[in-house]
Amino acid sequence: MIFSGLSEKLQETFDKLKKKGKLTEKDVNAALREVRMALLEADVNYKVVKNLTSSLTERAVGAEVLKSLTPGQQVIKIVHEELVKLMGESQSKLAQPENPPQAVMLVGLQGSGKTTTAAKLALHLKKKAHRPLLVAADIYRPAAVDQLHVLGKDTEVPVFSKGKEAPRTIVAEAFQQARSGGHDYLVIDTAGRLHINEELMRELEELKQDFRPLEILLVVDAMTGQDAVNVAKSFHEQLGLTGVILTKLDGDTRGGAALSVRAVSDCPIKFAGTGEKLDAFEPFYPDRMASRILGMGDMLTLIEKAQGVMDEEKSRELEKKMRSQSLTFEDFLDQLQQVKQMGPLENLVEMIPGLNKASKGLGSLSLDEKQLARVEAIIKSMTREERQRPEVLNSSRRQRIARGSGTSVQDVNRIIKQFEQMKKLMKQVGSLEKGKGKKKKGLFPF
Amino acid sequence: MLEQFKKGLHKTREAFKGRLDHLFKKTEITPDFFDELEEVLISADVGVTTSLKLIEELRQRIQEKKIKEGAAAREELKGLLVELLQEGGSSELHFPETPPCVYLILGVNGVGKTTTIAKMAHHYTQKNKKVLLAAGDTFRAAAIDQLSQWSLATGVDLIKHHPGGDPSAVIYDAVNAAVARKSDLLLCDTAGRLHTKSNLLDEIKKMNRTIGKVLPGAPHETLLVLDATTGHNGIAQARIFHEAVPLTGIVLTKLDGTARGGIVIAVKDMTGIPVKLVGTGERKEDLHPFNPLAFADALLT
Repeated sequence: MIFSGLSEKLQETFDKLKKKGKLTEKDVNAALREVRMALLEADVNYKVVKNLTSSLTERAVGAEVLKSLTPGQQVIKIVHEELVKLMGESQSKLAQPENPPQAVMLVGLQGSGKTTTAAKLALHLKKKAHRPLLVAADIYRPAAVDQLHVLGKDTEVPVFSKGKEAPRTIVAEAFQQARSGGHDYLVIDTAGRLHINEELMRELEELKQDFRPLEILLVVDAMTGQDAVNVAKSFHEQLGLTGVILTKLDGDTRGGAALSVRAVSDCPIKFAGTGEKLDAFEPFYPDRMASRILGMGDMLTLIEKAQGVMDEEKSRELEKKMRSQSLTFEDFLDQLQQVKQMGPLENLVEMIPGLNKASKGLGSLSLDEKQLARVEAIIKSMTREERQRPEVLNSSRRQRIARGSGTSVQDVNRIIKQFEQMKKLMKQVGSLEKGKGKKKKGLFPF
Repeated sequence: MLEQFKKGLHKTREAFKGRLDHLFKKTEITPDFFDELEEVLISADVGVTTSLKLIEELRQRIQEKKIKEGAAAREELKGLLVELLQEGGSSELHFPETPPCVYLILGVNGVGKTTTIAKMAHHYTQKNKKVLLAAGDTFRAAAIDQLSQWSLATGVDLIKHHPGGDPSAVIYDAVNAAVARKSDLLLCDTAGRLHTKSNLLDEIKKMNRTIGKVLPGAPHETLLVLDATTGHNGIAQARIFHEAVPLTGIVLTKLDGTARGGIVIAVKDMTGIPVKLVGTGERKEDLHPFNPLAFADALLT
């Protein structure tokens, strides 16, 4: 059941077939059956898969696969391309208000993550120098309004609420406040509802008629199964969606719902929620999602994250230091903080193809955030001199550091030892790679 | 009970009425029949592996019993589903002989844990049981408020700490309070957590240990709440939570939509964890004991 990389599976299939000589159309079809199963296991809707496989067959049976030395890779490439095509080739952005203030209305089923998403979107807008106003229009779920207020406080975005008044009244007054307060976006959090609940769907239609939102975004849980098509279709038919936000992508779901939703509503997916923290919110990239659905990991996001936090100049400086063995604990701390900026370690590991499943077997080995925090505490308990010249660390200093960081002398010793080992290792690597001009981004040996 | 359960599924049935008529009215069983059946099962989120397995078994039985018609094949499949869902024990909730009884409720974010707890509290209060709630979700903004409002509405006592506190400490106090106040049932809410976050799984293990320390033998049920709209990820959820703390049952929520919740069949198939309760709406009465027969019937309608 656990799906270990479609590409390996396909290559295996083809390798077996190759032994008997020439590949035939039938062999390609066998491979496409694997693709079909993979898509279904990723929760892409059955009908969507059906349509997709027929267009895939056309392409795959063509000469490019049959002649290829790596037919497995070739099939993957074609499937990947088709998935990207289906999800919209490029990244789709949020519309700009031409006549501010204008509303962005979030709608969806219960528990899809609308309230959290509203706060995340508002924070995202704020970071882009907009002036959002959060509007609490979920008058049904107990404490939903309180929740938005707490999130508004965390993000420092103002929240408009008016108890359990009718949503129309709330939004109308929110518009007044947005005008007088100079806001450009209203981010409206609506109550979760079933797409077949006529009464509640009418409530949204009325909001749409009265306030003509700039965007109506459907919030969809990435773990949704086959029903995603019914939900998206219904919401789209009744409200005319302008886009989709996919939530809870930080789990291990492959997220085939993304494909289903896009296929039935033809609405672009604009953002993805990737964690519980309020800044865990990213633009949606169809090509990365395609890799994920195919179980190929998400290297691109990882690389981009690394590039985003690793300071080019600092890396170069570090590289030089490593080679000359003048690495200090301050550099160590610097690197540690850069790694931490990339987000929770486990998220990073999940993005690496193959490592995802493997790391689960390894248990908590080397992924313990607490251990990182401990290392940080130890280094921070050192004096400047100690950090720069680790050789001065005698036993009384080590004892002091252990007390200061709330760890034991053994912990301190271990870190110092690891540090020394790393220095040695780096020297070796450095001398090996010298002349290649290749940049080395030293990650830690734990 | 069956009636109530069926009522909850009413909307779903309406939306799909006659959806499968053409399939089961067939007077001949062709290879196409099995293809269509595969679509039916997979579209209901029964999961690829389990669906294929079920179809294979059905194929054999049809051959053995020389079944010729769609309607009879449907009955046979329904039987297979019920067998699978009932295998290995009852779906009744476990009550110890001496109270208090402690239930721990888990699940990923947004599946309806707090609502389920409110419904359970209502159900057992109606039965004259003395119920106590523990606000173990100290993480999500306003989760404690949400449970407070429910506790007011249902008139049930609530043990809570401040937001951001240690959930195990809340649970510790709550179990002690349940013993001291001679409560019949303690329902422990927990924060929604993805099964992929190892630190949050550790937190659950700690809560589980805490309960057992204060009251040996407890928790008497550890229930995983699963949203009926969930796809294959439901299997991973059940598996990984089950590894962290032994689960005794599933609560399947949101069955009032168009989702069929077939993933519980895959979960049962792969982990053996039975479904015990189903949620069919937003009212506090909308929680029912799981009925395998009605569920299988609805799935094939």
